[in-house]
Amino acid sequence: MNLVKEATMLEIRKLQASVEMKPILRGLDLSVKAGEVHAIMGPNGSGKSTLAQVLAGRDTFQVTGGEVLYQGRDLLPLAPEERAREGIFLAFQYPVEIPGVSNVYLLKAALNNVRKHRGQPELDAMEFLALIKQKMKQMDMSEDLLYRAVNEGFSGGEKKRNEILQMAMLEPKLAILDETDSGLDIDALQVVSKGINALRSPDRAMILVTHYQRLLDYVVPDFVHVLAHGIIVRSGGPELALELEERGYGWLEQAAAPSSLSPLRSTGAP
Amino acid sequence: MNAREHTLADFVRIAATLPGARLPWLVRARMTALERFAQSGLPSMRDEDWKYTSIAAIEKHAFLARPRQDGRESAPAALVALVDELSLNKGTGHLLVFVDGRHAPALSAPGLLPAGTTLASIADALERAPEALESYLANEDRQTVFGALNTAFMADGAYLHLARGTVVDEPIHLLFIATQAGAAGAAISPRNLIVAEEGAQATVIEHYAGADGAVYFTNAVTQIFAAPNAQIEHYKLQQEALQAFHVAGIHALQAKDSRLTSHSIALGAALARNDITTAFAAPGCEATLNGLYLVCGRQHVDNHTRIDHLEANGSSHEFYRGVLDGHSRAVFNGKVIVYPGAQKTKAYQANHNLLLSRDAEIDTKPQLEIYADDVKCTHGATIGQIDENQLFYLRARGVEEAMARGLLVHAFAHDVIERIRVTSLRTRLEQILFTRLPQGSRIRELA
Repeated sequence: MNLVKEATMLEIRKLQASVEMKPILRGLDLSVKAGEVHAIMGPNGSGKSTLAQVLAGRDTFQVTGGEVLYQGRDLLPLAPEERAREGIFLAFQYPVEIPGVSNVYLLKAALNNVRKHRGQPELDAMEFLALIKQKMKQMDMSEDLLYRAVNEGFSGGEKKRNEILQMAMLEPKLAILDETDSGLDIDALQVVSKGINALRSPDRAMILVTHYQRLLDYVVPDFVHVLAHGIIVRSGGPELALELEERGYGWLEQAAAPSSLSPLRSTGAP
Repeated sequence: MNAREHTLADFVRIAATLPGARLPWLVRARMTALERFAQSGLPSMRDEDWKYTSIAAIEKHAFLARPRQDGRESAPAALVALVDELSLNKGTGHLLVFVDGRHAPALSAPGLLPAGTTLASIADALERAPEALESYLANEDRQTVFGALNTAFMADGAYLHLARGTVVDEPIHLLFIATQAGAAGAAISPRNLIVAEEGAQATVIEHYAGADGAVYFTNAVTQIFAAPNAQIEHYKLQQEALQAFHVAGIHALQAKDSRLTSHSIALGAALARNDITTAFAAPGCEATLNGLYLVCGRQHVDNHTRIDHLEANGSSHEFYRGVLDGHSRAVFNGKVIVYPGAQKTKAYQANHNLLLSRDAEIDTKPQLEIYADDVKCTHGATIGQIDENQLFYLRARGVEEAMARGLLVHAFAHDVIERIRVTSLRTRLEQILFTRLPQGSRIRELA
């Protein structure tokens, strides 16, 4: 039995993806093990959000090459809902407003689907409400958000908290947080970070996609990767994020430009 | 014989059996209306108001009016069961049933009405106290050619009169059932008349349902007269047989500070056309027109509304939504006219459409005509598909695609349904909606 392989949550090999024929990811490699927190940083347009969306199964992106193994299984043929039930969670950069569908309705549908898939009994209304109220308290969210339409009229901070609330309810194995820190004031950032940290566990992996170092002050990652022009150009520990904060992305970006003859390639996580 | 000759011959055949045949004013009104029809014939797609709706199929079927059949005292058990299934307020409320266009007293349960209320079949009212109806029934204001035909052929319907200050708390349910045996091939012409004197209030539900497979033609007209401060809440639920044809006009005339609320829900019929109009004949009137149409297959639904702001300080709110699937087609035309002098008018109009299929088609035309300068009017129309971002968001939370689509359609339609204030009707519509949605039963469990 190969213990190392078994603990690998996500294995991305030479992943290429395009949107409307335009290549965004150009042969990306990444390996994430259970219990690890990886930060993916990079300038705008480097492909960070594309990576997050591709992993969640968004079909506006076409995977044109490479493979993605999730817990040793091919992830790419799975529909978004199958991925969610298998334990993948995407916290959206721009949580979608859904008028007419209440937040509690969505949470109940989502949780019961996931529990059913895991062979767990569905929660009855009382158990469900008790659980959700407890989690909302942790996220410093007002209970009336439960009965409002999903994200409709929520402030930027409330939307992001709502994402983390959903994550806390669904208890994913692999959480991908896409720019969860954007648009948050410092108080909200602390609450959200606390929520994320509370979910760190040895059998859960997290990928934090972020433009800034700020979030990483609160949620300290095990690894930091720099994405530029669709590939990972540099990997390191938390100190890499600090270096980026100081030096910007320019010095790494140039090396990865598509016109470059010998792009600097990552050798994977240290 | 062409369609026009066919209709005129049908009138000659049936005229003597129509109610009020001995009332000179009514005979005159019928003849005038028939002449109007004889001159113009039925509308064609060259008429601006019928540009997207062909009524060729109605002409082709050559429907015939049915003479009155007397002596049916008891109703067959199947019909009793059907009424029970369709009725909304079991045991309470006020129910008037019409079978194949004729009042069915044995199936009706008018209940206890407050003093000052008259609720009767219009055929009976024409027998007993016709003078009260004359000024209203002969009023051809805003009627289409189909409305004129209704005047010529009207055989029965409901007459509701509310004396000054009368308030009827429970909804009045007017149920029109078309049976296979009695309606097949028939042209049914119900006429409803609602007269609310000063300050009176009532809620009326006009409900059409037909036996599956029956091919018939309902040509209905409802007139609403609201005196100063009167409040009428009118609901129309159209669940005709899917092979049937349904053309209806609802025309209101509003006096000072009166309020009209209209909800029109169109679910059935192969071809359905609604003309809903109201005129603010005095200052301070308010009208709300809500509508929902859910069509699929090869259904065609056409909603025409018109609000005449003739006087100042009036406000109107219009909110129509449609969900179209299959090869269905819908037309929305909402006209709001603000006349000179109708200052301080507020008018809001919106029509939103959700297309679930590439083959469905909608023609929507909000129309504002403003001849006053101190008004606040907005209108808008949208046509869209299921929002891919919303769909992906739900799926990314583990909701399977069919159910996610169902949830989004439900949310879209529910926006109209939740405006319905009669709980029993709202619940009924929610149930109908669930049966029409993918994964509807599971969505209902969650609600």
